[in-house]
Amino acid sequence: MRDVAVVSYAQFAARNEQSRNEIEFLLPVVKEALAPTGLTSQDMGFTVSGSSDYLAGQSFAFVSALDAVGPWPPIAESHVEMDGAFALYEAWVRLQHGDIDTALVYAFGKSSPGDIGRVLSLQLDPYLAGPLWPDAASLAALQARVLLDSGKASEKDLARVVARSRRSALGNPHAQLKGEYDEAALLDEPLYADPLRKHDLPPITDGAAVIVLAAGDRARDLCEKPVWIRGIDHRIDGQALGSRDLSVSPSTTLAGRKAGLGDIGGGVDLAELHAPFSHQELILTEALGLDETRTRINPSGGALASNPVMVAGLVRIGEAAARLAAGDGQTAVAHATGGPCLQQNLVCVLEADK
Amino acid sequence: MSQRAAVLGTGQTKHVSARKDVSIAGLVREAADRALADAGCAWDEIDAVVVGKAPDMFEGVMMPELYLAEALGAVGKPLLRVHTAGSVGGSTAIVAAHLVQAGIHERVLTVAFEKQSESNAMWALSIRIPFAQPLVAGAGGYFAPIVRGYIRKSGAPLDTGYRVVLKDRLNALKNPYAHLHQAGITYEQIAESPLLWDPIRYAETCPSSDGAAAMVIGSERAAEACERPVAWIHGTAVRSEPTMGAGRDRVNPHAGRDCAKAVYAEAGITDPFRQIDCVEMYVPFSWFEPMWLENLGFAEEGAGWKMVHDGTTALDGELPVNMSGGVLSSNPIGASGMLRFLEAANQVRGLAGEHQVPNAKTALGHAYGGGSQFFAMWVVGSEKK
Repeated sequence: MRDVAVVSYAQFAARNEQSRNEIEFLLPVVKEALAPTGLTSQDMGFTVSGSSDYLAGQSFAFVSALDAVGPWPPIAESHVEMDGAFALYEAWVRLQHGDIDTALVYAFGKSSPGDIGRVLSLQLDPYLAGPLWPDAASLAALQARVLLDSGKASEKDLARVVARSRRSALGNPHAQLKGEYDEAALLDEPLYADPLRKHDLPPITDGAAVIVLAAGDRARDLCEKPVWIRGIDHRIDGQALGSRDLSVSPSTTLAGRKAGLGDIGGGVDLAELHAPFSHQELILTEALGLDETRTRINPSGGALASNPVMVAGLVRIGEAAARLAAGDGQTAVAHATGGPCLQQNLVCVLEADK
Repeated sequence: MSQRAAVLGTGQTKHVSARKDVSIAGLVREAADRALADAGCAWDEIDAVVVGKAPDMFEGVMMPELYLAEALGAVGKPLLRVHTAGSVGGSTAIVAAHLVQAGIHERVLTVAFEKQSESNAMWALSIRIPFAQPLVAGAGGYFAPIVRGYIRKSGAPLDTGYRVVLKDRLNALKNPYAHLHQAGITYEQIAESPLLWDPIRYAETCPSSDGAAAMVIGSERAAEACERPVAWIHGTAVRSEPTMGAGRDRVNPHAGRDCAKAVYAEAGITDPFRQIDCVEMYVPFSWFEPMWLENLGFAEEGAGWKMVHDGTTALDGELPVNMSGGVLSSNPIGASGMLRFLEAANQVRGLAGEHQVPNAKTALGHAYGGGSQFFAMWVVGSEKK
């Protein structure tokens, strides 16, 4: 496979961006990501994005977002109705062809105008599960209950994940929820969707993220510290909730193996896991075989601190790459998820330039 | 570094107004099963699945590929979902082809569908967004002024569109999967049908269909193991431009011309009219056939309509266009682009049945979407390039 690196990353996140639409807040992020490379969107070999029409409440929501890139003269461009991390995968595939050296990847989503919990229930089987309208938190709670009943985790573990996330988020200017929290005090909070408490849920976030990829020597020309994609893979589990063991994530384990996570001797230095709900971080940590005493989990605070839907997976890759570029480690794993209860998962293994 | 890839098998459903007998999962599975049978491969030989469809609001299911994972045999495999407006069926096939050409997978299943009867596409397209330009009711309202622009610029006779429809609907009679089978359709019936959006008459519009299309795309090694003929992918290209902009020519879009140029360059085509044997192009409203003939470089600007009138694009003409009956005869929106790519592949495989162009060696599949701004194309051939 051809070596491909993250050469630039930028993001925007806000609790409730009322004054600007998606295009208006995406545009400056595209500019910010391109600036250090000295390239324009016209210089890109390929452009690809991830978003969802159902967040905008409009068919073809991605069409006008293209204006933030300025596709004139026309550009080679594509779009996935998935988290931006999967758009990055498509860009990585396209770069393998060898005829282009750069790609622009972006994702955007505005969750605040609608009821995101109910919107996400439209992802379910439309005949059997969807008509029951189980919201995202209730589905996650079912999964958390299965995990607790399996004996692999306790409510204390969930509180520990939340406290660590918010503490780590203190260093992340894009994080919404941050601060020092006492684990015991968190457990005194009332239940929201048994066994989850409000703090086990992600915040509602509007946001956008942009990553510039470059292949081979071009990556070194464009930035001082490219962060190389050593492996990337994604897998999906079935959706039917009754047919899955929700306490595990086989598609994450498989994607991690295919992405070569096991080839990093001694484990990676840091992990950015796309776990919108606290218990999901525990499932993912186990699925990827991460050792918390060796690997820093979610140094950005993760999706519990800031969760722009359709963007948060791409943000994990960007955050992990930014930390490696800053010398905060040599190897990292980034993970993105989609669908109810961690149905679909992508794993990206990253390494700093030597 | 790019490796050879070929279409190993194709499948589609019979396109109809409402497939009330199957769920969305049942619909896509039907097309996928047929593609696998045609390719002579088993489900466990498929490495990845790439799904495409037009806006999720056309069925009212958000990211329906998640729920379709089991029906498409994707559990434990990579599954991607592409959405690039009306061009999506083409873009989806291209993403699948790229997974093979990049050397990542041996066999990829690609599926595109629309089950329009589950919702209402026209109104899903007509949501009024605050502070945004209204798209008026449905796609016809958007495209009619562009057609008027073409007529004014080219001086094309006003019955050009009728002739396109008549040809495509007669071609559709030879395609058992086509939605509209209007035996005995006449020029007069088309000319006298109600005017919907001047100059587009009811008979000049595509139907609303439920349907799915699927293809198995494989590596050179996988292709050589096939018993049935394959279609070698000679070139792929996508191009996009903005919906609005002062420099845009919506009649003859820049992105379409660039996309054609790119796909011809990759396929080694220097004279498309001579080197391409037949074309499946995305014509949702009759007048888009002459417009795309020009945009794709088969005719000089302003002269595409002449190829309609002199029979060049007829099934037995010099450059047959939309042998299957095209989008004017079947329009499961998300699948419509893939059906163009699929029909092009079947032509060069020699498996197009009654609407086969004799000895077709090289074919172009074309799809477009949005406000004539997204383009996806591929050139397929009976021989390796």
